Amino acid sequence: MSEIFALVEHRQGTIRDITYELMSCGRKLAENASAKLTAVILGHNTDSIVQAVKSQAHRLLVVDSEMFKDFNSELYQITLSEIIKQQNPRLTLIGHSAFGMDLCPALAVQVGLPFATDCLGVEIVEQKIKVTRQMYDGKLNARVLLRENPGHMITLRSGCFPAGESSLEGVVENLDITVSSQPDYRKFIEYIEAAIGDVDITKSDILVSIGRGVKEQANISVIEDFAAAIGGVVSCSRPVVDAGWLTKDRQVGSSGKTVKPKLYIALGISGAFQHIVGMKSADTIIAVNKDPNAPIFNEADYGIVDDLFKVVPVLKNKILEMKQAKG
Amino acid sequence: MDIIVCIKRVAQTAEADVKVDPSGKNIVKDRLTFDMNESDTYALEEAILLKEKFSGTLTAVSLGTAEAEDTLRIALAKGADNAIRIKAEDFDELDGFKTAQLIKAAIKDLKFDVIFTGCIATDDYFSQVGVALAEMLGIPHATLVTKVDIQENKAQVYRELEGGLLEHLEMTLPSLFTIQTGINEPRYASLIAIRRAAKKEIKVIGASDIDQTGIQAGTVLEELFPPPVGKHAEILSGSTDEIAVKLTGIIKDKGLI
Repeated sequence: MSEIFALVEHRQGTIRDITYELMSCGRKLAENASAKLTAVILGHNTDSIVQAVKSQAHRLLVVDSEMFKDFNSELYQITLSEIIKQQNPRLTLIGHSAFGMDLCPALAVQVGLPFATDCLGVEIVEQKIKVTRQMYDGKLNARVLLRENPGHMITLRSGCFPAGESSLEGVVENLDITVSSQPDYRKFIEYIEAAIGDVDITKSDILVSIGRGVKEQANISVIEDFAAAIGGVVSCSRPVVDAGWLTKDRQVGSSGKTVKPKLYIALGISGAFQHIVGMKSADTIIAVNKDPNAPIFNEADYGIVDDLFKVVPVLKNKILEMKQAKG
Repeated sequence: MDIIVCIKRVAQTAEADVKVDPSGKNIVKDRLTFDMNESDTYALEEAILLKEKFSGTLTAVSLGTAEAEDTLRIALAKGADNAIRIKAEDFDELDGFKTAQLIKAAIKDLKFDVIFTGCIATDDYFSQVGVALAEMLGIPHATLVTKVDIQENKAQVYRELEGGLLEHLEMTLPSLFTIQTGINEPRYASLIAIRRAAKKEIKVIGASDIDQTGIQAGTVLEELFPPPVGKHAEILSGSTDEIAVKLTGIIKDKGLI
């Protein structure tokens, strides 16, 4: 058997977008390797998931248990290790998400599979599995070969494999696997929703977003003045929240909010992928950064390679002048 | 409460020009600065806070070349009791899987209740050493931890998921936690503590100290290369004044003001 497996990721009853990206990547690999793609679904009341994924894969393996209502990587690991040992897929694809990061390395070690995490690309060349990854804060890419073995496992970065149309008619196989109850050593208790702040940054047409380059808390008032002048709201990347300068509800990125403003001005944000996924759908992106190689310039429409504290006051004045001329 | 924290000395590349060296498999290091990996500084702080609360022994472990001892000394200055360096120069193909195997071998005689690691290293972006190590040791783990509250043998653990959602878990010890940035406020080491730490012994473990039967990498790095330039921004040039005029024009043309 030379199957490709892709693990369906869902949370609170909703299939996560990464699932369709995994399927799209898996179909392409299967096509090139004359293999079949199998979607693996661990869930509870899985009918809606099965319906949504059916067209995406050649086969669906389903384990339906109340234990899979919420995600517990320990239970996933126990069940998936059993399935993988039975079925011996050549490659298993998992999302590089909070879910996949918790699961993949432990599962791969348990089953004895060579694995690679956070992959942006994957190809099977002459039976060998090669992946492309990012390293050094996204400044370089790396081509990585997985050790030869009958099976492998990789996690894929979200946003790298566009979900595609598919009209397969996946055959559903329900697996009769006894799922143990939650182990005492790791019990899921609950999800806790993010606290709601004073401003909803997802509702603003203009976001003035700051990163590490803002340097210290005292500088934030300069940015707030600028945001007020342009009619926008201040948002930020992770380091600003980590430092306690702005609250979590202002954070743009994978662990913060996904925003789609008309204008996104990134000030002193280098552009780690965790940030990019949260703002790349903005209509117009302007980035100011001292580092000409900052990854943010790959996403921005307009870039200024300079100190943000030199640019911001001048730009603020020009905008105020323009508003006065108009007004 | 005996604690182990895994830390790594990494090139600070976020704001640096990073170039591939002639081997094609490494970076040119001479103009880069090196420091403790960011999320490891939070893992270390969490370990020190836990030690201060319950007392016990805190051991810092690092796989690295001799320079990694500087990073271990920072850990000693901040509050670690012992430090172990695994000699990176003795091993090749150090991916996350092999690193975890070597750390497991290096800590095999240590007692521990909790292991902390950072959630990601900014040089290799793997996010795998902690989880792989936990599996090899046969203990449970949780990743991306933004809060952990330990009482006796139980830990209330909060993981950060996408979109700011938190996952609350209850776990027992021993466990391994990979720590997300922002969980605490990492302290600075005082000058006196740094001077004192300079005299402390660091245990060095090399190839001859580890039974390497079965230890192997899961991946091989073939080459490093600059990422393809995608939709690259139009870089505006000129004086700050000229740039501001251009930008204002763009913003106005798009009807954004």
